[in-house]
Amino acid sequence: MSAPPYQIIIGLEVHVQLATQTKLFCRCSTQFGAPPNTQTCPVCTGLPGALPVMNRHAYELALVTARALNCEIPRYTKWDRKQYYYPDLPKGYQISQYDLPMSQHGYLEISDPQDRFEPKRVRVLRAHLEEDAGKSMHDEVAGRADSRIDLNRTGTPLLEIVSEPDMRSPLEAKAYLTELKLLLTYLGVSDCNMQEGSLRVDANVNLWLDVDGERVATPIVEIKNMNSFRAVERALTYEAERQFDVWEETGQRLGDVPKQTRGWDDNACVTKAQRSKEESSDYRYFPDPDLVPVMVTDDQLAVAESQLGELPAALRSRLQREYEVSAYDADVLVNQGRAVVDYFVEAARVSRDPKKASNWIQRDVLRALNESGTNIEDFGVCARNLGELIEQINDGQIPGSRGVEVFHQMREARSTLAEAMETLGITGVDSGELIALCQELLAKNPRVVSDVLNGKEAAVGSLIGQAKKSNPNVDPALVRQTCLDLIRQQST
Amino acid sequence: MTLIQMTATELKAAIEQGQTSCVEITRAYLDEIGRVDARVNAYLWKGGQSALDAAQAVDERRTRGQDVGLLAGLPVAIKDLLCTRGLRTTCASRMLAEFVPPYDATVVQRIAQADGVLLGKTNLDEFAMGGSTENSAFGVTRNPWDLDRVAGGSSGGAAACVAASTAPLSIGTDTGGSIRQPAAFCGVSGLKPTYGRVSRYGLVAFASSLDQIGPLGWSVADLALLLEAIAGHDAADATSADVPVPAYTRTVNESLKGLKLGVPREHFDDGLDPAVAKLVQAAIDVYRQQGAEIREISLPHSRYAIAAYYIIAPSEASSNLARYDGAHYGYRTDEVKMMEEWESERKALEKAGDDAGLNALDSPLVRMYRRSRAEGFGAEVKRRIMLGTYALSAGYYDAYYLKALKVRRLIRDDYDRAFQEVDFIVGPVTPSPAFAVGAMIDDPLSLYLQDLFTVSANLAGIASLAIPCGLTEQGLPVGLQLQAPPFQEERLLRAGHMYQVETDWHRQRPQLP
Ligand SMILES: [Zn+2]
Repeated sequence: MSAPPYQIIIGLEVHVQLATQTKLFCRCSTQFGAPPNTQTCPVCTGLPGALPVMNRHAYELALVTARALNCEIPRYTKWDRKQYYYPDLPKGYQISQYDLPMSQHGYLEISDPQDRFEPKRVRVLRAHLEEDAGKSMHDEVAGRADSRIDLNRTGTPLLEIVSEPDMRSPLEAKAYLTELKLLLTYLGVSDCNMQEGSLRVDANVNLWLDVDGERVATPIVEIKNMNSFRAVERALTYEAERQFDVWEETGQRLGDVPKQTRGWDDNACVTKAQRSKEESSDYRYFPDPDLVPVMVTDDQLAVAESQLGELPAALRSRLQREYEVSAYDADVLVNQGRAVVDYFVEAARVSRDPKKASNWIQRDVLRALNESGTNIEDFGVCARNLGELIEQINDGQIPGSRGVEVFHQMREARSTLAEAMETLGITGVDSGELIALCQELLAKNPRVVSDVLNGKEAAVGSLIGQAKKSNPNVDPALVRQTCLDLIRQQST
Repeated sequence: MTLIQMTATELKAAIEQGQTSCVEITRAYLDEIGRVDARVNAYLWKGGQSALDAAQAVDERRTRGQDVGLLAGLPVAIKDLLCTRGLRTTCASRMLAEFVPPYDATVVQRIAQADGVLLGKTNLDEFAMGGSTENSAFGVTRNPWDLDRVAGGSSGGAAACVAASTAPLSIGTDTGGSIRQPAAFCGVSGLKPTYGRVSRYGLVAFASSLDQIGPLGWSVADLALLLEAIAGHDAADATSADVPVPAYTRTVNESLKGLKLGVPREHFDDGLDPAVAKLVQAAIDVYRQQGAEIREISLPHSRYAIAAYYIIAPSEASSNLARYDGAHYGYRTDEVKMMEEWESERKALEKAGDDAGLNALDSPLVRMYRRSRAEGFGAEVKRRIMLGTYALSAGYYDAYYLKALKVRRLIRDDYDRAFQEVDFIVGPVTPSPAFAVGAMIDDPLSLYLQDLFTVSANLAGIASLAIPCGLTEQGLPVGLQLQAPPFQEERLLRAGHMYQVETDWHRQRPQLP
């Protein structure tokens, strides 16, 4: 497949609901799923005379996030009214931030463990706070439209994170979103639940084409209604192809037509033109006179800084550096979240074998978690027990062949390693015992000895079954190694 | 002297000395309302039995020896721009004719906590936009001194009810002079406190950065009483100031020594009615006789105040009034009729094959917005919404709104400089006394110029007091304005009281047969 004759230019706007107990400008609960219009008050329903008061905690969460995105934090930020009419916007304006956002000029680093694209820095133009709107529910009953409004969500704090158009493929866009979501999860500032609308993505996309050695840009299209990261990837792929077709047909360049908004239809797998919002072009922003500007002090910045903790990118390089796991493994572990990383670190410490700890977690722990749908905090095998299991296998106390059995015994019975071994009748085989057994077997099978001496090491395999018959606790690998060692000692 | 001829301060003393009761006082005012308000039209809602019940409750508490709040059971009238729980709050607009708020404004709460009795809700220009109360959807309020003249506005009802002896105390709001101008027209005292001194929570916003709630009454001592009850920080209003509230009532009688008063030369230009100029000069002389030093000062940017005000206030108003869209509460156009019309228009276009017309046809939602707002708002409100929408539009913002904000800064700087030289600034409240009903109805610009001396205080956010200083030959009241630096209400009220000790203009009452 040849490369397409264009480059895709992608910028993303992500709206994240911040995990506050109460709304941005009133004390109503932000809990999802309550009966319609039960979490409202005069402020968030925009009743005459009601006034907004900023929720300090929302601002603090935004500050931590902005710092994690390497943003500059201006010392002075203010609130603006973005004005438009819609029934889910009861005041006729949204309180947002226009020309002095609370943070700007940051970046997020993305890379692909499978090296499908070069690691890069996606610049963050700005991240600003605003209040969410309510939800409109449209019923079409017998041709008569009926709309109902739920204002529970109105006023929930949103952080809008706007990237520069730095992504060059749907894959990079997906990587950016995955990394951003991971970062937000590590910070604990949002639950990032796309189904509940805690994380929403809009994309701006156009193409760069080479026309007689000159770069030509096609009109920018905004895509909405993408309800999963997978949908984002598919919508962008579709949209790039569609824009190329339009280019071939019309030759329209950036600036030739007004910016278009298209919605992604996940069932039909197409983007569809949306009716342009009435008078959407002029929001008549102006500073909200009901709110005072926010000043940021050194102390507040220091507190935000101290709450950052170790972020995914730093954690990946530390795992590689201190535990010598591969970049790929570090990525898998870190992407599972902070708790899995903590689990790994403890298992690696106890076992003194980080590589094996990583393998066990990726192969056995994560699979078990997936199958049972539990999270690692509730998992039957704690990190210390896994570490001990690995250590005992390495020491030959537990045959490697029975490790998985012991693991599942611990998991199901939520037992300690010793209890699991006892249940399974596994006792350690010390090296004296093992050598004696191997000597006995070699004496009985001179043919094997001569085969090995003639270069056929695989002949030892036939002894392993006999060894297990005489003592089921022996480790097959150790039997093989011990036999080979003994044969070499004899021959010299 | 009858009860309704006494000042609030005197009534409070009489109650406390057992000479009268809250019920007697409330009944006296309700009777007077019944006698004269049909002619004055100060009230949109009258308390009646609910006021008597509230008064009775205070009397009973006093009889039992329990503590009674600062307002001691005195009746208070409240401008119908402040939300009252369970009671219609109309803003004198058809838009909110049936609106019943589920909550009380902070000031309403504080009055109740101080044992004030809600006597009624007073008329105003629709959404406080106007200077004559002629823009009310519920009829004009008339000046008790001359029923053919306006009471001023927008707090016309709030001033007229005091002048007509139908309330001892009254709450108004002032965005560009809306307490002071009607106080001057009606011969009563009124105070616009410093921006942030009184919580705006529950005050239906006109221009949020300029609006301020304040008291009206006969005497400055009465204003001190009501201000003390309502002032102070409110966590529900981010713009309310966390500045301690002095006990205004305790110090209002103490005169100020070595007073320096500034007279802005810009306030005595050609535009000033000679009769007003004469009475204001006489009032300044009263201060001079009390030992005050009088200095001429200049507020050079005051000539731009009206222009800046009529950019900033409508801009904020256009945004604040966007919520009245018929979607959630308030007036909504007749949708059945609207949809019938819409359907027939659509069908006609379809039949004619007019695709462009079909494309241009508004959606039912947009039509509902347009109709509801067109039918719900009065002309002056629409005029200001249009002005403000225009000023905030892309491409005009810098030339209008931003420039007006710069002028606002310069006006504040003028005051800062002036207050380094003098304690207070003294001058007229309005260029002329109350005008005839209907005289300016087709001339909004002349009406806007009525705010010439008052808007600067709102733009600068400072405190400003209006007190009566005489009657013209036609028997119309004239007001004196005293302006003070921010949060100097305590000294401002003392200065106002000094004048009222020497004069009795504040005790003059119109005769309403
Ligand atoms: Zn609320």
